[in-house]
Amino acid sequence: MQEEIIITAGRTEKNYWADLWRYRELFYILSWRDIKVRYKQTVIGAAWSIIRPVLTTIIFTIIFSKVAKLPVPGLAPYALMVYAGMLPWQFFSNALSEASNSLIGNANLISKVYFPRMIIPASSVITGLVDFAISFIILLVMFIWYRFLPPLQILLLPLFILIAFFCAFGIGLYLTAVNVKYRDFRYIIPFIVQFGLYVTPVGFSSSVIDKKYSFWFGLNPMVGVIDGFRWCLLGEPFQIISFMQAIIITLLFLWLGVAYFRKMERTFADNI
Amino acid sequence: MSDAIIKVRDLGKSYLISHEGQKENYTALRDVITNQAKKFFSFPKNLRVDNEFKKATTEEFWALKDLSFDIQQGDRVGIIGRNGAGKSTLLKILSRITEPTKGEIRIKGRVASLLEVGTGFHPELTGRENIYLNGAILGMSRAEIRLKFDEIVDFAEVEKFLDTPVKRYSSGMYVRLAFAVAAHLEPEILIVDEVLAVGDAQFQKKCLGKMEDVSKSEGRTVLFVSHNLTAVNSFCNKAIYLKQGNLINQGNTFDVLKSYQKSYKSNGVKNNIRINFGNVFVIEKFDFFSYEVQALKPNTIIIELKPLHDDTIKAFAVFIANDIGQRISLIDLRDCCFDRIITKDKLVTIKIEIESLSLIEGDYYFGLYYEGLVTKHGNESLIPFTVTEQKITSGILPYNIEHRGFVILNTKHKIQIGDI
Repeated sequence: MQEEIIITAGRTEKNYWADLWRYRELFYILSWRDIKVRYKQTVIGAAWSIIRPVLTTIIFTIIFSKVAKLPVPGLAPYALMVYAGMLPWQFFSNALSEASNSLIGNANLISKVYFPRMIIPASSVITGLVDFAISFIILLVMFIWYRFLPPLQILLLPLFILIAFFCAFGIGLYLTAVNVKYRDFRYIIPFIVQFGLYVTPVGFSSSVIDKKYSFWFGLNPMVGVIDGFRWCLLGEPFQIISFMQAIIITLLFLWLGVAYFRKMERTFADNI
Repeated sequence: MSDAIIKVRDLGKSYLISHEGQKENYTALRDVITNQAKKFFSFPKNLRVDNEFKKATTEEFWALKDLSFDIQQGDRVGIIGRNGAGKSTLLKILSRITEPTKGEIRIKGRVASLLEVGTGFHPELTGRENIYLNGAILGMSRAEIRLKFDEIVDFAEVEKFLDTPVKRYSSGMYVRLAFAVAAHLEPEILIVDEVLAVGDAQFQKKCLGKMEDVSKSEGRTVLFVSHNLTAVNSFCNKAIYLKQGNLINQGNTFDVLKSYQKSYKSNGVKNNIRINFGNVFVIEKFDFFSYEVQALKPNTIIIELKPLHDDTIKAFAVFIANDIGQRISLIDLRDCCFDRIITKDKLVTIKIEIESLSLIEGDYYFGLYYEGLVTKHGNESLIPFTVTEQKITSGILPYNIEHRGFVILNTKHKIQIGDI
């Protein structure tokens, strides 16, 4: 006979993670849907994920390099440094805001079908990864344009993408669960993202931060990620402290996000 | 009863409902913050008042109370009961969408639930893509969908439009495609809510037939919620009757349906029903001679309405629709109502006499349509009623119901053979 499912109050899922695995096909197909719909609906489609970072990079280069005259620690041109920071930041902020609104956006699914709810924010973070891949092509173009040869540690880049991924996923889980309960919370999310941009070294190098504050600055996990990106892509010096901080904070966010999400998950269908 | 495929013990589900006139379940952070701030500033004088206030405005509501039942493998179980009886809540718990408050359920096997037609359909995606998407959402694997793909397309009769986004589909095509995917689900246990209420009658029959085939030939278990008693009767071999969250009766379909209909008659919706009709009226009373009436017998409808605001009547009609939502008749009340002025809270009484109710036996609904200067509202299926067979007088058995159309004419007939 088949395995037996037991449903009782307080604890629906004993083998939650096994269930998550069993529903992986749904996960693929939802990610595929998000990606497909995203590039079908907009006329400029994929171009959008190029235009945005490129324009921001140009502005940032002008402001921080020409106007503020901030230094570059490595050998790479300023624009390249900005873009190398822009890549993970765009991915992170897109993934975070998509994930935060994902449950509400899929309310009809949640109230009509069972599946581990974590699939939904996870698939929206994946969508961000596709944008990231497209923007990455521009980076390659820039490498050729500036005749810049990235160092060997570029092979370690996936590690930092992974950190950014889990960081966005962890925070996104938390925010999307809050969003179900407090519906006006979504108006705060753009603010969080915008605020984040100011405390993240996108338009400048984290080496311009005074040593006194660098520990506090590094509590923003994206600092470690961006430092890592610039190390991998441009050969800037490796920042071990911000790297460790990023890993620890990301794990903390992930744990918090998962715990809160699991706790709230049981009432999603009743509240949404 | 050890081989029950679904075992339910002492199942209960409660919701907290608030009486603050708050329509949605979610809260706004804004409100929480203002409330907290208010509480903080009014401390400590009003603390107790506030708690009492809270108690008075939120109330525990048990949507399901101590249900226990077993379902055997291969059973097709109809779940019946009036609106608010807890049917949908039960299905939602069984399909694990929401959690019970107490009790335990043991289910052996894979469950697929179909609480809505076309869940997750995305208008921008093509028919082909939506088949895969919807299939996955309903619990099919990609391999399974690929295997059944042609069958699904055939069933839905949409092969020409497979690569058209479904937003360009007609509503009929959309529903057919959605049904087709659902009808090809093959879980051990299939849970189906009212979904068959949409779509045309012929296609409905096709779906029910398909589900019945699968259930009979492969021993699959089906749980089926419907207001369409005829469908329950023909499709299900067992039934469960819920009323206000309590299990009233369970057993074979015929007995349960009988007890359900009896309860309709005895404490039916006759008096003081208080149904909101849009924001136009509260229907205080919809009195029908009896909610189970015999064909061709005279009848009287008395409707009492309490207007929610002042208005001038421009149109007023009572509909009769059959159990699959086809409109059978419209009683136009403009001749007595047109341009009459109604006043807020002043009771409006309408009396309709029907000389002979010429409907063939079956389940029907009364509906209402109102149009005034200020508002208008319509509802096709407000109040259910049942028409029973006319008494056989001539000693001839009537034809089977499907041959007899919709209405019975009150006729007299003679035959003469040979010269006049």
